[in-house]
Amino acid sequence: MKVLTLNFLTCAVKACKSSSDSFPLHPKDAELVHDDVEVNAQLLTNLLHRLDWKALRTTATELGFPDLPETAPTQEDLENDEKTLKDLHNLLIETQMMEGKLVCGHCGHEYAVREGIANFLLPTHLV
Amino acid sequence: MLPTPDTSHVSYNRVYEPAEDSFLLLDTLSLPSETTFLQTRFSKDALPPPLVLEVGPGSGVVIGFLTANATPLFGHDHILTFAIDVNRFACSATGLTVKKATAETGAGSSGVFLDAVQGDLTNPCRPGQVDVLVFNPPYVPTDELPAPLTKEGNEKPTFEEESKLLELAYAGGKDGMETTERLLDALPETLSARGVAYVLLCAGNRPEEVKDRIRSWAGGSWKAETVGTSGRQAGWERLSIVRVWRDDDQ
Ligand SMILES: [Zn+2]
Repeated sequence: MKVLTLNFLTCAVKACKSSSDSFPLHPKDAELVHDDVEVNAQLLTNLLHRLDWKALRTTATELGFPDLPETAPTQEDLENDEKTLKDLHNLLIETQMMEGKLVCGHCGHEYAVREGIANFLLPTHLV
Repeated sequence: MLPTPDTSHVSYNRVYEPAEDSFLLLDTLSLPSETTFLQTRFSKDALPPPLVLEVGPGSGVVIGFLTANATPLFGHDHILTFAIDVNRFACSATGLTVKKATAETGAGSSGVFLDAVQGDLTNPCRPGQVDVLVFNPPYVPTDELPAPLTKEGNEKPTFEEESKLLELAYAGGKDGMETTERLLDALPETLSARGVAYVLLCAGNRPEEVKDRIRSWAGGSWKAETVGTSGRQAGWERLSIVRVWRDDDQ
């Protein structure tokens, strides 16, 4: 599962949706792999408009990536700085979490990731 | 005709095989009425790039089609797509289908596919993020709804478990609407303000009543219209596709 995907997902427990602690989910025991994907600079730049940057910073740090800057780079930043662009592309699109868990910071439920597929089905008592 | 994704790698003992309903979705989403609608609503300049979700992709034929043909459908390749299916085998099948389909159409035509995750309808979605949602539900009226899957799928399912996975893909309970009702209930929370959903219905689902109910939803001017080749004959099922969206005085 891609790091970018984590920016769009939250805890599947209904009662957690309204809590800010349920997003982003926290990776645990994550095994990462790297996929080579061609850079689409313009898409990446446009993508910044819809990312929750604060959540992405948290995810990146928890996965062991170097700390991201406090605020999202601007379109100009990306156009003038190829390294920032490549680093973001590597983090968001090329990094895949193959094994591990995603933990909700509100209810503590752990969602398993196996062979790159996260399982958000809930045990009976949480449905 | 845009290319239909190859699903020859999919095991139809465990995953719903593309059928009349799947192809009706492909046909409808390719119609000039719908590509015009999508291209107007999600033009390249209308930032940010749209997030497209298919719920219950099965083989992945529909989300593969949308991802691989992003440019002809949306007018550009700046779209992100993902899928959620209750069936783990459908998730892995979908990943492969999208990969093959995008390799065939190539860069310049394809959007970016994120992931297929296992889950119950839109439960794992962060609220207000999805711009285009596509759902080909289990719509066949049945006496009972199979019990929902709750724990992790088996690596090697028994024959009974495989039958249940296929049953989950078509059995809709009362009026064939039990699962669709749950999906519709979640739409206002799941969709972004510019969000649009395409939901397939059969005649037994009473589409006119479904549309009336959606139009009466609180909190905005919800619209629901049958689009494209409405009511196409597919045996007794008589399928149609309803587009659901909020109109902010366009
Ligand atoms: Zn939770």
